Amino acid sequence: MSIFSLAITVLIGVLFFVLFFHLSNFLLDYFRVKVSKNFAFENSIRVIIFIAPAFIVLFVFIIYPVFETIRLSFYDKVGENFVGLFNYNWAINDPDFKRSIINNLGWLIVVPTLSTFFGLVIANLADRIWWGSIAKSIIFMPMAISFVGAGVIWKFMYDYRGPGDQQIGLLNAIAVALGFEPQAWLTIPIWNNLFLMAIMIWIQTGLALVIFSAALRSIPNETLDAARIDGASELKIFWSIIIPYLEQTILVIWTIITILVLKVFDIIYAMTNGQWQTEVLANLMYDWMFRGGGDSGRGSVLAFCILIGVIPILAWNLYRHKQEQKV
Amino acid sequence: MKKLTFTKVFSQLLLLLFVIAWIVPTFGLFISSLRDKDVLAISGWWTSFTTTEVNEIYRTKGKEDQIKEGDYYFIKSNLFDEKQGKEIYRFGVTSKNIDEYEVGETALFKDKTEITVFENGDYIWKSKEEFKKKKGKRIFVSAKSPPSFTLDNYKEVLLKEGLGQAFLNTFAVALPATLIPLIICSYFAYALTWMKFYGRDLLLATIIASLVVPLQMCLIPVLTIYNDFGALFGVSAKSYPGIWMAHTGFGLASTTFLLWNFLKTLPSEMIEAARVDGATHYDTFIKIVVPLSIPSFASIFILQFLWVWNDLLVGLVFLDKHPSEIILTAKLKELLGSRGENWEILTTGAFVSMTVPLFIFFSLQRYFIRGLVAGSVKG
Repeated sequence: MSIFSLAITVLIGVLFFVLFFHLSNFLLDYFRVKVSKNFAFENSIRVIIFIAPAFIVLFVFIIYPVFETIRLSFYDKVGENFVGLFNYNWAINDPDFKRSIINNLGWLIVVPTLSTFFGLVIANLADRIWWGSIAKSIIFMPMAISFVGAGVIWKFMYDYRGPGDQQIGLLNAIAVALGFEPQAWLTIPIWNNLFLMAIMIWIQTGLALVIFSAALRSIPNETLDAARIDGASELKIFWSIIIPYLEQTILVIWTIITILVLKVFDIIYAMTNGQWQTEVLANLMYDWMFRGGGDSGRGSVLAFCILIGVIPILAWNLYRHKQEQKV
Repeated sequence: MKKLTFTKVFSQLLLLLFVIAWIVPTFGLFISSLRDKDVLAISGWWTSFTTTEVNEIYRTKGKEDQIKEGDYYFIKSNLFDEKQGKEIYRFGVTSKNIDEYEVGETALFKDKTEITVFENGDYIWKSKEEFKKKKGKRIFVSAKSPPSFTLDNYKEVLLKEGLGQAFLNTFAVALPATLIPLIICSYFAYALTWMKFYGRDLLLATIIASLVVPLQMCLIPVLTIYNDFGALFGVSAKSYPGIWMAHTGFGLASTTFLLWNFLKTLPSEMIEAARVDGATHYDTFIKIVVPLSIPSFASIFILQFLWVWNDLLVGLVFLDKHPSEIILTAKLKELLGSRGENWEILTTGAFVSMTVPLFIFFSLQRYFIRGLVAGSVKG
């Protein structure tokens, strides 16, 4: 499509929604003045105009699909015949599924831990140095890049050439310079998962960093100064004052990254597509959505497994929201 | 105070180490995208800043270029097609011995013709008899190549590989997929904050729950709806409006939540005063709430725009892989599969896909960070 027709399509799409709200509210005002003076009636119509579009979208794209996916997980591959626990039974006995669960658990342990840790350390280091904000910008930058873009960046880092050839991947060049054999990093089972996780850590450390940086500023300077005057070392201050102070923030960052990691798809899909034992749930789910014409039963089971992973966080969020509402 | 100084130096060094580790991968990609593709394939990007030695093969001109001077026939020309700034220091005329001769020396071919190659690529090929062959002979050269960068890869990727079109397509996806949720959700968030209606708390709880619902839970049913809809009306199930609405749906909870978080910090007296003065909710929204919310709109716009721009999964499921619809990330993934060894295309393509996010990042970082810190949890 040409740039012109794309622009027209975009404009029509956006204008449609702008006009919907303007016209419907205009009509309501018009009728209020001309026809009815019933304020309660007017208000309830207004509420409907305000919430209906969002609610319909929410229902069609989130609420209905969640229940439909749960239903489909008990149905066959085209979603027509009830098959009970057949799909779940398949999953338990499927080697790819087992591999995915193990890998996902690995991702869940390693990525949030290291991202949070690095973010916290860097935020502290950068806080007291004059070029700290430049450093923060640089480390935060990968947050703006797509997972696929990051995939290309790192695939280039991990590039492998035979032992005699010039290495063009930095990691192998370093390995060779240090006297080791070059490795095809992404094809070494178990370890390759770590090399994939490194990409996610590289990206998410920036998120942890900026949130921690904001939180660090809320620690009163008097507390820190008092500790310093009492002769506490910087390390001691870090462990005994800063960490306890940031407990809540650490938890928030941890959950954000955990949710992200549970759904990790792009990196695996672009780098290995689950080969060499790097399969994860989201990639396997995408695979079953289309493999052999698509199997909605198995795909739904896999999606449901990801949902189960976030349910504790979901419950905790709702609980916190309730607490806040009371206050 | 000595100990403190040590800590300071140590923490500066440690931070420097982190910064280097974080910037090097992206930097390497950027440098590689600017290198000549032949050099890129055989040497690491870190060698591109210094003069490197390369072995290359060139071919001399054929019989058409010969001239006769005295008793001899000559072909005089330059091995390099265009000025490359390379300096030849050795050359050879057989593949067995590619650096047999010093530059300036005269080499002997099997057919008794003689060739002299000079540092800048000029050569003189001399023969007693007339040159008969149309094709020239192969010359092997060892040359020193000074650092050189080119934009050729960008030309190739944008025009020949179709990334230019994919770039436009991504804009056509990302702009509406950011603006539509922003419009819809600002009304929605207003209603959740300032309007009283039955079921409001339940709706709010639903939003909070939806925040963390993984995208994967929604893909299959939504795709089924699209397929049925497409079949019913005889239109394609994969279309721009389709993906706009899908992104709107998947971004709705977080956009609403962020806006709601912001709107509830506005002073309620102001809203109530406007209501008492007889302003309708619509007037209050347009004339009071929207102008006050511009900074938070900016943050949310950036977050959602970057999310959509960088998304791969939704684009794969709800758009065709046809050139008129494919988005950058999907195109890049396709290139990773089909051109896996053509690093000049991959590195350049990746950098093209990163230009817009990086531009936004460096120009609007403040809003970006504000949005993230406001507690974005994306479903």
